[in-house]
Formats: sequence, structure tokens, C-alpha cells
Amino acid sequence: MKHEIVEKNIGLMIVLIVVAISFGGLTQIIPLFWQNQTTQPVEGLEPLGPLALEGRDIYIREGCHVCHTQMVRPLRAETERYGHYSVAGEHVYEHPFLWGSKRTGPDLARVGGRYSDDWQRAHLYNPRDVVPESNMPAFPWLFENTLTGKDTAAKMKALRTVGVPYSDEDIANAAAPFANGEVKEIDALVVYLQQLGTLLTQKR
Amino acid sequence: MSTFWSIWIIVFTAITIVGCTWLLFANRKVEVSDDTKEGEAPKTGHVYDGIEEYDNPLPGWWFKMFVGTVVFGVIYLVLYPGLGNFGGVLGWTQVGQWEEEVAEAEAKYAPLYEQYSETPVEELIANPEAMKMSRRLFNNNCAVCHGSDGRGSYGFPNLADSDWLYGGSVEDIKTTLVNGRQGAMPALGGALGEDGVDNVAEYVFKISGREHDAKKAEAGSQLFATYCAACHGADGTGNKMLGAPNLTDGIWLYGGSPTLVRHTIRNGRNGNMPAQADKLKAEKIHLLTAYVYSLSKNQ
Repeated sequence: MKHEIVEKNIGLMIVLIVVAISFGGLTQIIPLFWQNQTTQPVEGLEPLGPLALEGRDIYIREGCHVCHTQMVRPLRAETERYGHYSVAGEHVYEHPFLWGSKRTGPDLARVGGRYSDDWQRAHLYNPRDVVPESNMPAFPWLFENTLTGKDTAAKMKALRTVGVPYSDEDIANAAAPFANGEVKEIDALVVYLQQLGTLLTQKR
Repeated sequence: MSTFWSIWIIVFTAITIVGCTWLLFANRKVEVSDDTKEGEAPKTGHVYDGIEEYDNPLPGWWFKMFVGTVVFGVIYLVLYPGLGNFGGVLGWTQVGQWEEEVAEAEAKYAPLYEQYSETPVEELIANPEAMKMSRRLFNNNCAVCHGSDGRGSYGFPNLADSDWLYGGSVEDIKTTLVNGRQGAMPALGGALGEDGVDNVAEYVFKISGREHDAKKAEAGSQLFATYCAACHGADGTGNKMLGAPNLTDGIWLYGGSPTLVRHTIRNGRNGNMPAQADKLKAEKIHLLTAYVYSLSKNQ
């Protein structure tokens, strides 16, 4: 084919560019939508409950994923520190996933159950109280802001449309944990953190 | 991966490689050689403000590098996984590489831990090598809550004193590490009322030998017998089975100021030591037991 033909027919050029760049996606992305590895949940995986779901949104709002990854790579140095490497099946209900791409702080994919609730609270109130050398910001407002749960049902519905198996009952009871008006943002965030990566264990 | 998707990937990958190669060769120009004189090289016919564009071929080094990348790609796809279900002739997998790394490290490090796994803790604490190892384990896994010196912090017990919530024997320490502990001091604010909380607090100060309001303490003693003695004991010296602290020894896990003691009575406390059994290997827990045991012994 002559260069000239392509260069002088901008419409043809656009079509050819689209064809060329779509090949990468066709081979590397499209097949993943039909792989068991990426579409089947690991054993025991449940959609996040109302508190954990709100906690996850706080995690996103505060930008935790900017400094913390949630992805233990299959490298010995990582599995020795964090535990079992991450698998795709753990993340099938996550929209969007929070794998992150930069570790200023440690990976959090397996942080669930690693520290006590009290530690998480103390650490989020002021990280220096428990880790003197930490450069993580403090999040004291999480202890003041109350959650109402008024949007939780809507969030669950939205997630259901993209394939997270929330039942009608889950959605109907979404606001129940917030009914007493005493649930602070920190409570929801700690619930979220404490369930992270607890399905796969491996002794270090 | 199903056969369909495997073939899909192979076909698209092959089309990409063949297509790139074809594009490269189909547009190759060879009319120009090193002998071509200045001004004789063919031109594209594009003229911009009197500047004409040569129609030169691609530089040789660039052309060869492009061919090189194609060859590299083909060799890679033969050796490593990439073409659908074809795993490559080397048989390399990501998990396989990880397992190899782990097995290699295990062969190196496991004996280091195992050499101490049968040694009683009482002997281990006299072994400087074992203590060095266990100190590193402690710093990596325990110091975040209990502090690098093991002296704890607000809400996190001091391990370097002789006061133990759940017992300081070797067996007790190991049980704590393996299974974790869940403290459960209920919130008594509702049951006692604000005056009740105040009175019980004064009574607690009395039994710990601190300044107190005698009248309030007197009223508090009745409430203490009803609400607190079941766990903390009639004399307030605690119960290691339940992890109920001794209230008479002047050690305050959650602070001993009147405000904090009242807060504890009013709202309860639920300290939690996470279980390590499914996180750390038994040999490491054994070494950590020795380290924690040594902290209080070296007082």
C-alpha cells in the first residue's frame, strides 16, 4: 500500500489507526471477560456489607489508594511480608478495584485482622501515636463525621447492575446499621479494613 | 482458557506480527544508496515555502532494529507463555517462579528456625543467637502495637513488666500469641448512671491506694461488688482467665487519670490481640514466645 493513499485519505487513516491500536486490546483485554480466573469469585467471597461498603467509599475519598496498594505480587519478598499473593478472584466484586500503583505506605491487601480495631483507630487518629516514624497523614475528622446510610442502598443497587450479587434483602436492610445515628466514619472504615484479604491465608 | 479464546489470541497475535512485518517490507524503498549524489535523491513532491522533502528510505539501523524486535517477539512467544494456552517451551509460570523462590528460601531459612523449635523457652532466653532472631521477629510483627522496646502504649499492654493480663507463664504467652485474646469489659455507664460511675471510680482509686473521696468510695464498693467483682475479683486483683486487669497495682492500660478511669467504666474496653496462628509459622511463634518471656525476665 502506498503511503500516499493513507496520508491523503484522512477517513481511511482514522480507520486504520483504530484497527491497529485495537489489536492490543483484542488480545490482552477482551479474553479476560470470559476467563474463570478473572470472573469467578474465590471461595467465601461475599459482597461488602453496608458498613464495609461505606468504609470503602471513605477509603477512596481520603485517597488511601494513592499511597497504599492492594496487590501482593507473587514475589517471595512480598509474600514473606504480607502473606498470600493476591488473586483476581478476590476482586471480582470490586468496582472500581483499588489495586493502586504506588506504595508510599505498605500494601493493604491482607491487612484485615492483622491489627486490632483499637490499633486501627489509634493509628488513623494520629499515626505517630503508634508508629513514631510514620509519615502518614492523620485523619481525625473520621471520628467526628457521622454516617447516615441514606445512600447505601443506592450504592448497592448500582453495584448490582454491574454484577455484584446483592440480594433484595441486603438492599432493604442497607441503612439498618446506621439507624442509631452513632456510626462514625471511622467505624465503617475499620470494618472495611478488617475484612481486607482475609479469605486467603498463608503462614509466613 | 477455552480453545476459542486460545485460538483468538493466537490469531490476533499472529496477525499483528505478520502485519507489522508486511508493513515494514511493503513500504521499503531501496532506490537510494550511499552513492547517490547530493540533489539526485528522489523527492516526494511536497514543497513548503520552497523547501522540498526527500523521499529517502528508512535508515538502515532503524530498519534492522525493527526486524530485531519482530524476531525477539517470535522467540519470546516460543519460550514463554503468551500464545493462548501454549505455555512456552521453557514451562515458565509466574507462580512457578514464586514457588521456586520460596522453596529456595525455605531450604536456607527453615533450619535456622527449626533448630530452636524443640528447645524449651527457658533455655532459649539464655541463647544470644536465638534472642537476636526473636528480637527481629518481634520488631517486624509485634512492635507496631507493643513498641520496639515492648513497653506498650495506651491500650497496648507493656510486655516488659511483671504485670500480665492473661498470665505470664510460657504456656500463657504462647496461647496468647497463637489464639489471640479478646478483652470484653462491658460499658457500665447505662447500668450505673453518672453518679454510679463516679462512685465506682473513687472505689477503684481506694483499692489501688490512691487519693479518693471516702464517701463516694463507700457507695462505690457496693456497686463494685455487684458489677465489677465477677471479673475483677472481690478484692479487685483481677482474673487472668478472663484477662480482667488487677486494679490494685497502679498499672493502667487505658490511663489512670480520673477522667480516663471513668471513661473506661462508662464505655467499656475491648482490647484485642490478633491471633497469629494462621499468619506465622509455629517455629516463629515459639521464638516470639521466648522473646516476650525474656522481656519480663530481664527486668
